[in-house]
Amino acid sequence: MPEDWKNGGFGLYIHWPFCQSKCPYCDFNSHVAADIDQTRWIRAYCSEIRRSAAETPGRVLNSIFFGGGTPSLMAVDTVSAILSEVRDCWTFANDIEITLEANPGSVEAQRFAGYAKAGVNRISMGFQALNDPDLKRLGRLHTVSESLKALEIARGAFDRVSFDLIYARQDQSVEDWKRELKQALSFDPDHLSLYQLTIEDGTAFGDRYNAGKLKGLPEEDASAEMYFATQDICENAGLPAYEVSNHAQNGQQSRHNLIYWRYGDYLGIGPGAHGRVTLGKARFATETHLSPALWLAAAERGTGETRRSTLSREDQAVEYLMMSLRLSEGSEIGRYQSLSGQDLPEQKIRDLDKLGLVKADGNRLRCTAKGRPVLNGILRELLT
Amino acid sequence: MTDLSKIRNFSIVAHIDHGKSTLADRLIQMTGTVAERDMKQQLLDSMDIERERGITIKANSVRIEYPAKDGETYILNLIDTPGHVDFAYEVSRSMKAVEGSLLVVDATQGVEAQTLANVYQAIDADHEIVPVLNKIDLPAAEPERVAEQIEDVIGIDASDAVEISAKTGIGIPDVLEAIVTRLPSPEGNRDAPLKAMLVDSWYDPYLGVVVMIRVMDGVIKKGDRIKMMQTGAVYPVDRLAVLKPEMQNIAELGPGEIGVLTASIKQVRDTRVGDTITHDKKGCETALPGFKPAQPVVFCGLFPVDSAEFEDLRDAIEKLALNDASFSYEMETSAALGFGFRCGFLGLLHLEVIRDRLEREYGIELITTAPSVIYHIYMKDGSMFELHNPADMPDLSKVDHLEEPRIKATIMVPDEYLGDVLKLCQDRRGIQLDLTYAGTRAMVVYDLPLNEVVFDFYDRLKSVTKGYASFDYQMIGYSEDQLVKMSILVNDEPVDALSTMVHRARAEMRGRAMVEKLKTLIPRHMFKIPIQAAIGGKVIARETLSAMRKDVTAKCYGGDATRKRKLLDKQKAGKKKMRQFGKVDIPQEAFISALKMDD
Repeated sequence: MPEDWKNGGFGLYIHWPFCQSKCPYCDFNSHVAADIDQTRWIRAYCSEIRRSAAETPGRVLNSIFFGGGTPSLMAVDTVSAILSEVRDCWTFANDIEITLEANPGSVEAQRFAGYAKAGVNRISMGFQALNDPDLKRLGRLHTVSESLKALEIARGAFDRVSFDLIYARQDQSVEDWKRELKQALSFDPDHLSLYQLTIEDGTAFGDRYNAGKLKGLPEEDASAEMYFATQDICENAGLPAYEVSNHAQNGQQSRHNLIYWRYGDYLGIGPGAHGRVTLGKARFATETHLSPALWLAAAERGTGETRRSTLSREDQAVEYLMMSLRLSEGSEIGRYQSLSGQDLPEQKIRDLDKLGLVKADGNRLRCTAKGRPVLNGILRELLT
Repeated sequence: MTDLSKIRNFSIVAHIDHGKSTLADRLIQMTGTVAERDMKQQLLDSMDIERERGITIKANSVRIEYPAKDGETYILNLIDTPGHVDFAYEVSRSMKAVEGSLLVVDATQGVEAQTLANVYQAIDADHEIVPVLNKIDLPAAEPERVAEQIEDVIGIDASDAVEISAKTGIGIPDVLEAIVTRLPSPEGNRDAPLKAMLVDSWYDPYLGVVVMIRVMDGVIKKGDRIKMMQTGAVYPVDRLAVLKPEMQNIAELGPGEIGVLTASIKQVRDTRVGDTITHDKKGCETALPGFKPAQPVVFCGLFPVDSAEFEDLRDAIEKLALNDASFSYEMETSAALGFGFRCGFLGLLHLEVIRDRLEREYGIELITTAPSVIYHIYMKDGSMFELHNPADMPDLSKVDHLEEPRIKATIMVPDEYLGDVLKLCQDRRGIQLDLTYAGTRAMVVYDLPLNEVVFDFYDRLKSVTKGYASFDYQMIGYSEDQLVKMSILVNDEPVDALSTMVHRARAEMRGRAMVEKLKTLIPRHMFKIPIQAAIGGKVIARETLSAMRKDVTAKCYGGDATRKRKLLDKQKAGKKKMRQFGKVDIPQEAFISALKMDD
């Protein structure tokens, strides 16, 4: 049990909470701020890194991920200083993956080479759409031609390049999406994150939706059709889904995100970052101050953490299953059982199997291609 | 002990919202019966639900001392009666306990159906009736027109109707004076054996069962041993009091007086409204006429949402039943809903009141199944039994015929909505008995099957008339009709709690409406779900709820784990509110909503 995290590995997540503007669909912890004293932020990150490292001595780091917000607004020096602190604190795995999320704007792209020099070896860019009017509707500040230029620069700078697209957008037909996806694949990415637009409460889209003013979103059937088309097209292009919304060429999966989905340990540093960390015999969920200002001040005083709660065996088992069933490799039944101390409900698995939604073979439980798009339903069946 | 000539006993008859409670409050206030600081609205309605809905469910009384213009002080006893058809019997007993009524009509609205039903009860009880026109301070008041309407529709003289505004207090002294000068004093013989009517009873947490009585003959004193003539039970009188409206002890009550007693009676169930109370020794020979045991007419199943709360529900129902003799219950098992109770009620309001009290006072969330009436099932072997639950319908091959209860419904409605009302009644298998006009308001009388009314008739009536119709009914007996049991199958399994009795000619239409409704009420599952309506083995309507196609969180990374796990925990709690039927989860509200017709 205390060793369970080793099945997933060990990663470090660093949250940069700032953006140039807030996108109307985004419910992440992001803020627009005029001037940011990056030196002060470097000190706070480094202090938090040292605090976390003191608790996890001797661990080997498999991945580092700069997420946001918009981490490509970080100065090259900031990224470089953080990475050098991390290097002093933990041993790096030989194949460590260091990812930075980037906006494909022209200014950001100028920093790509610097990031690479600092140690970043993978970049994940938020393209979101491949036509300018839709980019505008999504509140994006870049254009398609900037995206493509950034892609070219990124390819020169990093070993691995991924980009994101959002589909099931307003007034987007299944055919529109298929065309756009094929165009995206023609750029020959090694990794793609393809997200269905989700309307979240508390976002500008959420407010408009609740007021009945967000029109033209696809119904459940059309959205299912888009999902299945996505699977087929990517599979045929050599980028099969390895997770609900993520596609990769063989070996190009995001190792960092695999730590989440394989339920490893990860440290969350920065405003609003969550972590899962095994200390002694217990596994903890950690949270930090959401507000950048509060986090900064708290980190300077000693810790940015606001909450550390012990995860019960049941909590861990539930989290493991809901994360791992997202993967095409599925879950290890034995691991679930040793976490929860209980068996998965066999009859329910048989029923879901009969419906063609899951497959249990040997020690693994997997969602089928038909099951993955209704994963929430499957989890409700299995866990409630 | 008060001289009979100085007593006036009266009730107030009014349609809901016409100002009955406000007038009562004003009479109490203006005579100084209750100190100003203790005044509150709807003083005589003590239950939360009475105050909230502005209705009276339990009878109450108040003794008012009024120094009249003739220089004498009179004792005025007001009995506040329930105003709803469900409690018609209780109302009739309260009416028998007084000699006169104030007929309160809203001068801006006119006579309504409920006014009629109650005023006829007052007329049946030989009351002297004083018409009172309320709300005359409002610009829309038309006292002359409404007085005319009272004469036309009810047939009583309204030429000297008292014009008041209970809200502002205008005309209240005239009402008090009219009670003294126009209502008769009670009659009775002080020297005859004790004969008192049990008007109502209730449970008081401090005093136990409290019985409201009206003494007809003789005198009752504290310490007397009294006998309930219906049950034969004998009790010693512990306490005798009058209500002002709080209890004030009194040594004795003589003829014409109204008061309350306590007598170590354990349960309200041991007291029968309308029973005659006399002395154990040297009692009266004959009981007062008109006693009727309580007779439930509407039945439904009550099941706990959380099946673990069954025992709590049993406790709550038993406690409520102790305080309400008109409510019956027996255990029921449903394949769909588990353990619960089949309960009988005096009518729909009574049903709602009980359900509301169970949820509110005992904190138990309930699933209510479709209300049903009592059918008379005549078997081929010549026997007859009463069917309370459609799920118990016997095999049709053994049934000779069926009879269902019918009602006489009186509906008053502005004539622009008349067409819609006639259509509604026609759709509900009604037979028109009468249609008359009083000004621009029509009064229609229909003979309707009760089973077409118990569910959503009143809601529909309100909606098609934008709330302008008023409605009242009385039971008129049973008649044969072509009724069949319609079953609902969800995922090929019959859901007993959704079975209903329907008229053969309307079965297909009802079945279609129900399966379509259920399709919207049951959430999509992982598999497709056929929903069917069937009579016997024959499917008459079918819909298919398609399987869920897309329900997955697009983004789920390290920061989402906690939120997602908590969401699952919440769904786990939500699932408790569903009933699993075979493999299908049916939300609790579906059991009632499925029956609502949006015709």
